[in-house]
Parts: sequence; structure tokens; C-alpha cells
Amino acid sequence: MRVVLAEDLALLRDGLTRLLEAFDFEVVEAVDNGPALLPALIKHRPDVAVVDVRLPPTFTDEGLQAAIAARIAIPGLPVLVLSQHVEPLYARELLSDRKGGVGYLLKDRISNVAQFVDAVRRVADGGTAMDPEVVSQLLARREPLAVLTTREREVLGEMAEGRSNAAIAAKLFVTEKAVSKHINNIFTKLGMPPSDDDNRRVLAVLTYLNG
Amino acid sequence: METRSWVREGLRAIAGGIFAVGLAITNLPLLAMSLVALALSPVPFLGLALLPWATNLVRMRANLERRLAARAGIAIDCPYEPPPARALPGGWKRFRWIATDPATWRDLAWLLPGALVGFVLGLLAVVIPLYGVEGVSLLPLWLYLSVDWYGYGVFWPIANFSEAMLSMPQGVLFLALGLGAAPWLLEVNAQFARIFLAPTKAAKLRLRVAQLTVTRADTVDAQAAELRRIERDLHDGAQARLVSLGMTIGLAEEMIERDPAAARKLLAEAREASGTALLELRSLVRGIHPPVLAERGLDGAVRALAMSLPLRVTVEMELPGRPETPVESAAYFATAEALANVVRHSKARTVQIYVQHVDDLLLMTVSDDGIGGADPARGTGLRGIGRRLAAFDGTMSVSSPPGGPTVVTMELPCVLSSPKTSPSSGTG
Repeated sequence: MRVVLAEDLALLRDGLTRLLEAFDFEVVEAVDNGPALLPALIKHRPDVAVVDVRLPPTFTDEGLQAAIAARIAIPGLPVLVLSQHVEPLYARELLSDRKGGVGYLLKDRISNVAQFVDAVRRVADGGTAMDPEVVSQLLARREPLAVLTTREREVLGEMAEGRSNAAIAAKLFVTEKAVSKHINNIFTKLGMPPSDDDNRRVLAVLTYLNG
Repeated sequence: METRSWVREGLRAIAGGIFAVGLAITNLPLLAMSLVALALSPVPFLGLALLPWATNLVRMRANLERRLAARAGIAIDCPYEPPPARALPGGWKRFRWIATDPATWRDLAWLLPGALVGFVLGLLAVVIPLYGVEGVSLLPLWLYLSVDWYGYGVFWPIANFSEAMLSMPQGVLFLALGLGAAPWLLEVNAQFARIFLAPTKAAKLRLRVAQLTVTRADTVDAQAAELRRIERDLHDGAQARLVSLGMTIGLAEEMIERDPAAARKLLAEAREASGTALLELRSLVRGIHPPVLAERGLDGAVRALAMSLPLRVTVEMELPGRPETPVESAAYFATAEALANVVRHSKARTVQIYVQHVDDLLLMTVSDDGIGGADPARGTGLRGIGRRLAAFDGTMSVSSPPGGPTVVTMELPCVLSSPKTSPSSGTG
């Protein structure tokens, strides 16, 4: 899988490159500033872009802006955005085109290498990888979620993070059948149209939570 | 509606005129008293106590005049120097404080002319409408009929019945004139008072210095306390965790040959510890300068904050640019504190945040539909907001009747820089 990387700190850039290459990704270009990112993405058309939010020259959010601009230029381009802090506001902006293939994670998550690589793959496949902190903030402020049972809320959280039924089942030590039952209940209780497609369902959940 | 408020204003001003006449009369005993106190000031003991005491009364009267002027639309700042520390009543220090303040003498100089002007203008404000009432009530008609010699308005004396009847339309005119002129008369009175009672340029500067000294001390204190808190948090938090992290990794290094399974467990522990350290650093950074504020400015930061609150928040922003970083930070933290207060105390369901920039003034309003009864004198949170804003000459006011709603209004003088890049925020 071909990756374009944008990270300004050399230490992290090299570390990420090494990590991704160890898991059979090919880092076709690693840029260290915002303005270079969009041309690199358009030139290489990678399978996934891994982008730091804060980049030179202004050290504000040009990584995020470049990622959003890239997805306008190349619709559906999978982008995994990394940051030292996460904001539901930014998640909403990333998800606003409703195309999937979006990830938004704290840099801390890289240290759990297996999960991080899984998230990169998921995003490259058009799935979603949302940071647990974003999800917990989204869940905390939604009053209607009180109608859900504790287990259902757990499942909703896992779903919002972008996991498939199988992954949720494995994580919560239940059968896949039980998970899909929970999901059906959630969708009924919250009045969302059911969908069989994993990715589309995740997007629906995030859209609901962001609303 | 328009006429009604005009009439109401006129009536209020007429009442103010009656008040002004009464107050003008009180000036005279005050002046006499002050002169006596002044004459007696060389007398040992008694002299030192008498002048400050008399001046105190004069100042109460002058302050009342300032308040009345403010109601007439003329702002007169209080010009007095703050009292010296540890000044005993009847002491030399107190006497000198009173005697060297030019405002004392300006007050004194105002008493007599102020009384004259106040008396005349106040009387005019009352007499003109009263004369109008006389005409409207057809009193001249009855008087003409009974005493045969009476006059009103342009007819002196009234020559016949129809002229007597004409007192009514004339009275209406006088009444309208009186109602219209009364507020204006009070304003003129206030303008006159301002000549004497407003602080001189030097006094203004002195007041400003005193105010700056207080706010600077507050700011420095707050900053020092903040730095101490950050130091403590780093020392007990992230720093300690990094030490333990190094130890764990060192241990794992030692064990990797002898007991790979235990080493792996230690490394997993180390990874978790690094996560916790990062978590603590993140919350610390958020408290110093939230990253989203640096990235998106006040607009984005307040919106992000609004999204994290467990109630319905509407945010309206009219900011064509960004203020200077320190001002922006103060504005953000003041708004955040106001919102935290809403969440903590108000039991509100919805909050409205409105931020706009008008005439070099950043105006922030946080209003909720909660239980009200917020009192800046009691809440440390609200006081903290006031102090934070005062460092930049900003102000805060709270309107919070019991039962709500609560509206916190914050103002910060500042200019906006033109936006460098306009982030294409697709949020609503």
C-alpha cells in the first residue's frame, strides 16, 4: 500500500516511515510542511495519506486544511489525520463530505502499533478510524443516548470509532450475532435507517453524534 | 408608543427638577459648614477632625449630583484620591489627604454656583409644566369669572370669555414645552456640574495610575500563581512519569535476555505510562493555551468548547479578524469560565454565546435560561473573569435576577488584525 506522509518533526517523520515500512507499506513521499502536501497527494495519488494537523509555515491547522482540500480535489482520498489533541469540531469537518476513508487519531495511539496499523489499513479501505477521545466527547453530550443500555452504548462507541461487527465482537467478548442484535436495537431506538454496509453504518453513527 | 415614552421621560425630568431644587437648597448649609470647618482648622484637635468630616458630607452631596448627572446622560467620573493607608479619623494624615486633593476645593467652589444654577433650572423644569396645567384645567376661566381681573399666556388681562377659554390650548402648549424642556434643563444642569465636579486632567491620570497599579498587581499575582501551578503539575505529573518510564524501560533492557516474557510485560507497562504522561501534558497544555485557540482563534475555540458542553449551545460570531494573542486568550478563558459557571450553577438547558467586534471593542455575551441569582460578589469564578479582563482594561457585568435568565456581558477594548488565512470551516 502506498502512503504519503506529512509530519514536520523529523524524529516522528522517520519513526512513522520506519513503522509503516515494517508493516509493508510503501512511503512514497514524506513532506515536512503544509504547502507541499497537496501537490504530493495529487502527484502520487496514494492509497492513504497520513497527515499531522499542525504543520509549518503557520503551525496552525494547515495539515487539516490540506487534507480537506485534497479530498475535494480527489474525492474519497483516504486520509488519516494525526494530532497532539483532538477536537470533535475537526472531526465534524473531516467527516462533512460523508465519503468515508477518514481517520482522526491522537498521536499517542501510534504507540499501540498493531491497533495503529489496523487503523491505517481500515482508512485505506474506505473505513473510519475515530479516536476514542473524540467518541467519548461526542457520547457525553448527547442526551437522547440515555435510552440506550450500557452495553448498547459500548457498542455504539466502538462503532463510532470505526470498528466492524467482527472487531466489536472480539473486543467485547461476545458473539457477532449478539453485536448485530445490539446494533439493530440502537438503530431502532435512535430512529436511524438500518444499513448492512459496515462503513456506511459507521458514517451514519458519526453523523448522528455530530448533529 | 413614541409619545408615551416622551411623556414619561418628561415627567421623570420634572420630578428630577423638584429634586434638584431641594438639593440646591442643601448646598447652602453645606457651604456654611465647610467655611466654618475651614476657619476652625487651626484649632488643635478639633480643626483636624472637622474639615475631613465636613468634606465627607460635601462629597456625599457631590457624588449624588454625579449620579443624577449620569441619569441625565452626562457621565462624571469620581475624582477623589483614594484614602491613605492607616489614616486615623482626626489624624494629620487624613487631614492632609483631604486638604491636598484639588477635588476637595473644586467641590467647595461648586457649592454656591451649583446651588444657583440647580435652583433656577430645577424651578424652570417644574414651573413651565405647572403653568401649562393651570391653563389646561381652565383655572383662568373660573378666576376671570369670579375676580374679573386675571391673565393667562398672551392675554393680560383677559378681556372677554373667549380669551379665557383660549387658556386651554395655550396651556397645552406650555405643558408640551415643559415636558420637552425638562430633560434638557436637567442636562444643562449636569453639564454645569461637570465643569466643577469632573476630575481634572491630572486627577484623571492619577486615577488611571491607581487603577493600573491594582490591575497590574492582580495580573502579576495571577501569573505567578499560574506558573506555580504549572510547575507543580509538571513536577508531580509528566516529569515523574517520565522518570518511572525510564526506569521501567531500563529494567526491561536488563531482563530481555533472562526473562523475555517479563520484559515484554514491562514494555507494555512503559507504553501505557507514556500514554498517561501524554494525557496529563495535554490537559496541562489545554489550561495554558488551548491548541484549538492557537489554530482557529477565538471563533473556532469557542465553537469547540461549545461542542463539548452537555447542553444546547448556540454560537454567533461576528469577527472579521483576530485580536492580539494575549487579548484573544483572555477573551477565550473569560468565555470558558462564564460557560463553566453556567454548567456548574445555572441548571440551564440552553446557552447563547454572542461575540462581536464594534468600535474597537470586543463584545462577548453569554446568556442562559437557568435559575439566575448569580452574584459576582460571591462567585470566585465571576470575579476571576473580571480580573482577567481588567488586565486589558476590559469589563464584565452580570444581570441575573432570581429565576433567570442570566446574562454575562464582557467587553475588551482591542483592534483586530486582518485574517491571514480564512479557514474554510464547514460547520454550522
